[in-house]
Parts: sequence; structure tokens; C-alpha cells
Amino acid sequence: MANQLYLSSSPHFSSGESTDRLMRQVIYALLPAAAVSVYMFGLPALVTLLICTLASIGFEAVCQKLMGRPRTLGDGSAALTGILLALNLPASSPWWMSLIGAFVAIVIAKQIYGGLGCNPFNPALVARVVLLISFPVQMTRWTAPAPLSLSFDSVTSATPLGQAKEAVMLHGALPADLAAGFGDFFLGRMGGSLGEVSALALLLGGLYLIWKKVITWHTPVSYLATVVVFSGIFWLVDGTRYPDPLFHLLTGGLLLGAFFMATDMVTTPVTPRGMLVFGVGCGLLTVLIRLFGGYPEGVSFAILLMNAATPLIDRYTQPKKFGFVLEKA
Amino acid sequence: MQLKTFPGGLHPPDNKQWSAHKPIEDCPLPEELVVPLGQHIGAPAVPCVAVGDLVKRGQVIGEAKGFVSVPVHAPTSGEVIAVEDRPHPMGRDLPAVVIRADGEDAWGDLLAPLDIAIAGIDELRQRILSCGIVGMGGATFPAHVKLSPPDEKPIDTLILNGVECEPFLTADHRLMLEESDRILSGIAVLQKILGVRQTFIGIEANKPDAIERLSRACADLPVEVIPLEVKYPQGAEKQLILACVGREVPSGGLPMDVGVVVQNVGTCAAIADAVLRGIPLIERIATISGPALVEAKNLRVRIGTPLRKLVEVCGGTRVEPAKIIMGGPMMGMTQLSLEVPAIRGTSGLLLFTADQVSTRPEGPCIRCGRCVRACPAHILPTTIAAYARLDLFEEAEAYNALDCIECGCCTYSCPAALPLVQSIRYAKNAILAKRRKV
Amino acid sequence: MIAAVISLGGIGLAAAVALGVAAKKFAVEVDPREAAILEVLSGANCGACGLPGCSAYAKAVVEEGVPANLCSPGGQATIEAIAAIMGVAAEAMVPQVAVVRCQGDNRKAKNKFHYLGLQDCNAAQRIADGPKTCPGGCLGLGSCERVCPFGAIEMTADGIAVISRDKCTGCKKCVAACPRNVIAMTPRPATVHVLCNSHDKGAVVRKYCEVGCIGCQICKKTAPGAYLIEDFLARVVYEQEQDAAPGIEKCPTKCIRDFALGYPEGSSFKAAESRPEPEHAA
Repeated sequence: MANQLYLSSSPHFSSGESTDRLMRQVIYALLPAAAVSVYMFGLPALVTLLICTLASIGFEAVCQKLMGRPRTLGDGSAALTGILLALNLPASSPWWMSLIGAFVAIVIAKQIYGGLGCNPFNPALVARVVLLISFPVQMTRWTAPAPLSLSFDSVTSATPLGQAKEAVMLHGALPADLAAGFGDFFLGRMGGSLGEVSALALLLGGLYLIWKKVITWHTPVSYLATVVVFSGIFWLVDGTRYPDPLFHLLTGGLLLGAFFMATDMVTTPVTPRGMLVFGVGCGLLTVLIRLFGGYPEGVSFAILLMNAATPLIDRYTQPKKFGFVLEKA
Repeated sequence: MQLKTFPGGLHPPDNKQWSAHKPIEDCPLPEELVVPLGQHIGAPAVPCVAVGDLVKRGQVIGEAKGFVSVPVHAPTSGEVIAVEDRPHPMGRDLPAVVIRADGEDAWGDLLAPLDIAIAGIDELRQRILSCGIVGMGGATFPAHVKLSPPDEKPIDTLILNGVECEPFLTADHRLMLEESDRILSGIAVLQKILGVRQTFIGIEANKPDAIERLSRACADLPVEVIPLEVKYPQGAEKQLILACVGREVPSGGLPMDVGVVVQNVGTCAAIADAVLRGIPLIERIATISGPALVEAKNLRVRIGTPLRKLVEVCGGTRVEPAKIIMGGPMMGMTQLSLEVPAIRGTSGLLLFTADQVSTRPEGPCIRCGRCVRACPAHILPTTIAAYARLDLFEEAEAYNALDCIECGCCTYSCPAALPLVQSIRYAKNAILAKRRKV
Repeated sequence: MIAAVISLGGIGLAAAVALGVAAKKFAVEVDPREAAILEVLSGANCGACGLPGCSAYAKAVVEEGVPANLCSPGGQATIEAIAAIMGVAAEAMVPQVAVVRCQGDNRKAKNKFHYLGLQDCNAAQRIADGPKTCPGGCLGLGSCERVCPFGAIEMTADGIAVISRDKCTGCKKCVAACPRNVIAMTPRPATVHVLCNSHDKGAVVRKYCEVGCIGCQICKKTAPGAYLIEDFLARVVYEQEQDAAPGIEKCPTKCIRDFALGYPEGSSFKAAESRPEPEHAA
């Protein structure tokens, strides 16, 4: 035989699924949300998206070069982190903040731990929280939507969650016109970070991922259901202080978090039962922080806290092995 | 109707269309047959012929050694030209009897047919041993051992495995279609030996013609054909039992622990030949397929026929094969050359081209959980594989590495192209080696 | 302020008392010799002694009378120290060093197939006895490198293991890890070795390896007494190793190497500048 044969251990068949393809699918799923953000906030949003993505790719390349690791830019994970980071920032973010964010996400939160697959915390969320704590002014200066704007001097406005929290803190009651904005919230006509404004776009992307079997339903469903039930209890107890579940669902980063961050494979449980536990934990923490915490939004903190609990969850939610029988005492 | 199945598993493209409609053909006799003395799990047979001996078809050429062992028979008549180490499908040279066929293909003295109404159970078992019957699904475990459950393990159910869940393979499918009477005779023998009446035949729903044919044939018998969901590894023994009768074989246990004996349909047909006609196991049906081949076929192959002959009968190769697999693509063994012989466990021969060989380098695990969801043993393949890589075998054992059935679903589904099942196998070997030492 | 000082101080005091009582009450009796031995051991926990770690060895020496000369990383100094602690005579130990008996890397030796899968020698060996055609050749997948506790083994770019004589302590872990028995333990003073592990006949070896020993006997004839040929494979008679040098030059396949003069091609290890004066044993 002229050519040498290949020999290997079984199986000799593969599904053809690859890490690159998974990452690409998530990026595709984020495109609607990114497009809406560019439409709503105009040029500044586009600039933020570009800086975050390119900087993330750049930092990844530099890191791998310096650390002597194989170059894996092709897997798309750095680009994905960059897009997710941008979607977690306000449109008015200055360029240097995007750069610092990308640095924290890629270098501090990912490569230092050993690169793809080794980081315990979601890199984009680590970066967002670092920025939020370090630059609270810039990170909470939300731009009011101004479709297709080319201007960098935009009108600022508060997020609906921020308005609600402020009203409760100052007057002990929610603003009266809260429910009026649901249509706008759904489409994305509200203040907020790039990726959290349009529930519709996020929902489309999330369903696409489930349809393409990139993610499973477990985490998003348990997360969102927990938020609805838990916030619903508070709403039923005192509807004037606590907003209704639909408000919680449509505002802030909940949908972005539930579909794209809490489903990040590296930092969340591998077992289906673990994913359910993870979702419930995220839901409880999110509502608690939103209603009683110092920040109006709690999705990032909730997911990061649950990231820390992931090894523990994995350990205790191992599937019951086939043929498991209780040891006879 | 919801088809019966087991939790976990996946459905690789089955590729059975190439050979499913091809009737079984007899493969012509080669000039020289290499009959390995070890073709089964257990001790290899001991040769009882010498160079220069003339042998007849069906004559014993190697005797069983120990309880878990079976004799080996001459597949045709001819002269013994060597008793030496020859390339074996296991990948190394192992003892074999080489026979130059005389072309007469003359039968030797066969054992007398038995009447199952009269014959005793031990006599039937002894016959199955004498005829060298082993599990023909590929595991090649001696059949008489499986049919000798200890008294404290009462058997109430017989399950015939006609699932054939490996992609490409259609040998059992054709057997069920064309030779269902052999299978039915075999069932009667097995029922008598085990003293059971409740019998199921599990068949994947992608073989409706076989399901229909056997259902009709079994209409008046205490035998039920169960269509099963098309899912790999539906044909794995424990998964099949769970799907058919809802019993879960305990971890580390055997089917007999839940009162079940499973036999492959091919084994069942071979048992019928042995008991009712006195014919030993000297041939089997194998699927020859794969994209590098000109034409896929289902062949009745004499044991000891070189694989090259099987390829020739199928019209040769279209392109140079890049991978030769004996068995199915999920659990089969790759071969060094086509010069090795077909043996009792050769359920198929697949020739893959370079396109089917994935040389993608492995990446880091991204903890996507696909292996966990696909695992029919419900263990955590990626966790065990990670421990195996660090030689942390105690941890791997604590995560139930020994429960792995090596079906390959984890490796198949891994987006990072990690050799998960190979790592787990590595850990299993190390754990078992350590146990033997203690 | 005062309340804080008192409460914190109180907690500290209570904890200190509790710790002190616990230390006295639950103290474990340890033979002082055990601690002393642990002190002189290398602390690498390599397992060369056959026990799981240095403290287990120290304990075994004191309690079970295990010989004092099992710590190969520590060498003669450690043996003498342990012997002194135990009050026994120090037994001499010939320091050993591991040698990879193969130079057939991917450019010089042939493979019988392309191996795909787990990059580990023991896993590859299970597939048709490993991809390298030579049954005794180094598979180059680094199982020995991974088990070496001293970082003494490197894999060259062309896929062959090389062991640093400076870093190797003779713990034998690599010997156990190699599925093809390529690595041998040799007396440290000997620097000349036949780097081949194939017992095939010369004609067979020539087919699959450029640098394999073909059993031609030239080394044996050139340096009488310094070489032995067993099953078509030459090996150095280490007692006569000082006379082996002339055979190196004459070897037709260049499979004999003096590590004092250099490591195999592709290795980053540096040899001593010149061949050390052989220590002539009596």
C-alpha cells in the first residue's frame, strides 16, 4: 500500500461539531441584538462594538504569543468575548474604557487562568463588573435611544431599572407610569447598555441557539422562571414597591444574561440538573440584588457568584450512573 | 407510539443504505485460509493438527482450553501448511492454523443432529461448546458460558439482539430478513436450555421490513418483537435490557442478575445450526462497506478468509483506503492491512477514505456537556478523561470510570475533538491492573 | 473602643488557650529519628524508594527497619546521614542514571501507520503495538516526560525522549512508565551506551531504522571486552566501559554514544566539555 494507513482507537466517526462552529453560532445569535443597538444608539454603539471586539482579539493574540501558547484566534472565543463585553457597556463608553474592559476580560479573566476552558468566571462579566466598580460614572451614564444617530453628544437617560430603584428609594413607591413602557422595552427603546435594550432581538438569538442545539433550554428556562416566580411573590405582597415580573423580564440585562452569559459553557455546570440549579440560583440572586441591593441591576453579579459555585454544583448534581444500586447496609 | 429506548445516547448518520437492500452472497473460497486459534474472549484454543495434515470442513483443529474457551474448526477441506503466528485483527501476530484449500470443500464427520424434545440441557450446552459458538455481535464471548447461569440466578427472560445500532452494518438485518427460520429454531433451543418462555426480539425501528417479517413469523409463538428507537448504543446489552423489559442491570453486574440472557440474532442462528444440524461455527455474515469500496455487500464469509478477498469480491477499491475498520465505525478496530483474516467477531469490514478520517487536532475542553448528555452509562466522560490524563486513577474510579461501556458516544459528540473514550479506557486499564496487583 | 479591645482580646485569649490544650491533649507521638530522617531526604516525594513519599519512607526506616540506602535522589550523602541517625553502617549505593536506548526519531525510524488519538505512549501501544515499526523504539509521545518528578526528560521536536544526566536522580519512574521498555537504568559513571533496543536481525533493523544496532559485531571486535552482543543487539559491559570509546567511531549505524561528549541530535541538554576521567574501579 502506497499511503500509510491511519489507525486509532474507536470511535472512527465524529459528529463534526467543533468549538469554532459553536462560537460562531453564538456570535450569529448576538447579531440581532448588536444590530438593534447600533440602530438605537447610532455610531457610538458601533464604535464601542468594534473597539471591544478588535481589542479582545488583539489581547488574545499578544497573550498567546507572550505565554508561548498555540494561537487559537480561529476558534472565535476572543471575538465572542469582545462582542459580549460591548453589549454590556453603555453606548457612551469612552474608547479607553472599552480597551481596559477588553484587557481585563481577555488577560486577567481568561488567559491568566490558562486560556479557553480554564477560566472559572465569565470574562465579559468580570470586565463589566471591574469597569462598573472602577468607573461608576461612565458606566451608569446611559444614553437615551436616538435611532441612527451619528453624534457622540447624546442625551443621557436612566435605565428603567434605575428609575424604579431611585423612585423606591426616594419616595418609597414605584413610578406610576412603569407599565406604560412595555412595548418600548420589548423593542428596545429604552436606556441601557448596548445589548440589553431589545428583548425581541435577544429572544430571537436565544431561540436560535436552542434550535441549533448550541445551548439547551435548562439554564435560560430555569433562570427566567425563577425570576418570574420570585419577583412575582414580592409583587403580590406589595405591588407599589416591587415591580411586576414582566418588568423584570424585559428590562436590564436579564435576557442577555439568561441566554448568552449564564449559558457560557466554560463557566457553568455540565450536567443538565446542574444547569437547572445554576439557573435557579442566578434567578434568586438577580431578584434579591435588584430589589434590595445597592445596584439597580444584579444579573452580572448573580451570574459571577453562581460561576464560583459551579464546581460545587457539578459535584453534587452528577447523574445517577447506569445500574446504580444503593449499597446494602 | 413512543418507541422504547434508554436515556442518553445519540444518533449518528446510519449509512446503512449502501448495503441494506443487498441480499446475502456467498463469498468464494480463498486459496489459503488463516484460522486464528484465539477468536473469542477467554483462553485461545490449543492446536490439534500438525503441518501436512489433511483436514475436512468442520473438523476440529484447535481444542478448547478451560471453561471460558471454545474449539476452532476447519472452515473448508485442505492441507494444513503452517501452525504459526500470523497477523491477527488484534493488531499483532498471534497463533493460527493455515490451511491450503483443496477446492473440494468436503465435509468431515459432523456431530449428529439433536432433537430438542429429547436432548438434555447439558447435552445441548455441550453441543454449543463443541461447535465453537461465540457471541457474533462482535464481543465473541463464548455462548455456552452465557447459557450456564448459576442456580442462584434464575432466568425468566431471553432477549434476542437484532438492534444492529452500529452505522453501516446490515449483516444482522439481512439475516433477519432472509433466514428468520434459523433464528426461530435457535430461539426454541435457547428457550429449552434456559427454561424460559418469555422472549423478546429487540430491533431498531429503522428496519421495518425485518420487524414485520419476524413479527409475522412469531405470531403464534411466545416471542414478542419490540421495535426500538433508532439510537446508538441501543444494541449494548444493558441498554437493550432496560429498553425491552425496563430492568436496570446493576453497576458491575451481569444481565443474569436481573434474570435476563441476551444473545445476538446471529449467535442464535449459529446455535440452531449447531444443535439441529451439527454444523460448527465456520462462517458468518459480514457487511463489507465504506466509501472507499466500489460496491457494498453482505457476504457469507468463511472464517479465515483474508480481508483482501472480501474487498475483491466487492469489486475492489475505488480509491486508496485511508482507514480499514473491522466491525462498526463506533466500536470497531482499525487494521494494519487487508492481509488479516475474517474471524468469528467480524461483523463488518469498512474501508474509509481520507475524507472520513478526522485529523483535527484536539482543543481544550470547553465544558459544553455534550459528552455528559450523550453518555448512556450516565457518567461524566470529560471529568474522568481529565483525571486520566493526569494519571489520577483513584479519582477517575471515584467518578465511575469502570461503568464506562466504551461505546464512543462521548468522543463522537466532542466539539474539541478530544479522545475521551480512549482516555477513559486508559484509566480503566490502569485501575484494573492495579486491582490485579493488590 | 475599650469594649472592642476587650472582646477581641478575649476571643484571642480563649482561642489560644483552646489551641494550647488541644496541642497537648491530642499530640501524636513521633519518633524523633523519623523527623530527623525526613529532614535529610530530598523532599521530592518521587517514590524511588518504593514507598509513597518521603515521610512514608522515613517512617518505614524507623518502624519497619527498611534499608537506609533506597533514596536514589539523595545519593550517597543521604544514605550516610540516614545510617548515622539509625546507628547502622552505611551501605554503598552505586548511583544510577536512566538512559533512553533509542535514537530512532521520526526522521530516522519508520512508522507502520499514522496514529491518531490520545498522545500517550501507553495508549498508542495498545493500537497494533504502537505506530513505530521497530518493536523496541521510542514512541515519542512523552509518557516518561510527564511522570519525571525532576524535569529531567525532554522530547525532541522529532519525537524522541532524551534524559538529562545532570537532572536524573535514578528514581526509575520513567522506566515504569515506558510501555516498550526503552529506558534502562545504568551505573552513573558509565557514559558510553548503545542507544538501540531492537533485538531484530540486522537486515530487519535496516529496513525500519537508520540508527539501529544491526548486531554486526564491529564494536565488539574493535574494543574487546567492552561490548556484548545478545540477540542481535550490542550492549556496553559497564565494568569495562572505560575501554568502550574505540567502538563508537567504528559503529556503522552510529548507534553508540558517549554522553560525556554530547546528547543526541535535537536535544537542548549540554554535555560536559570533556570526557571525565573514568573512575577506575578496583
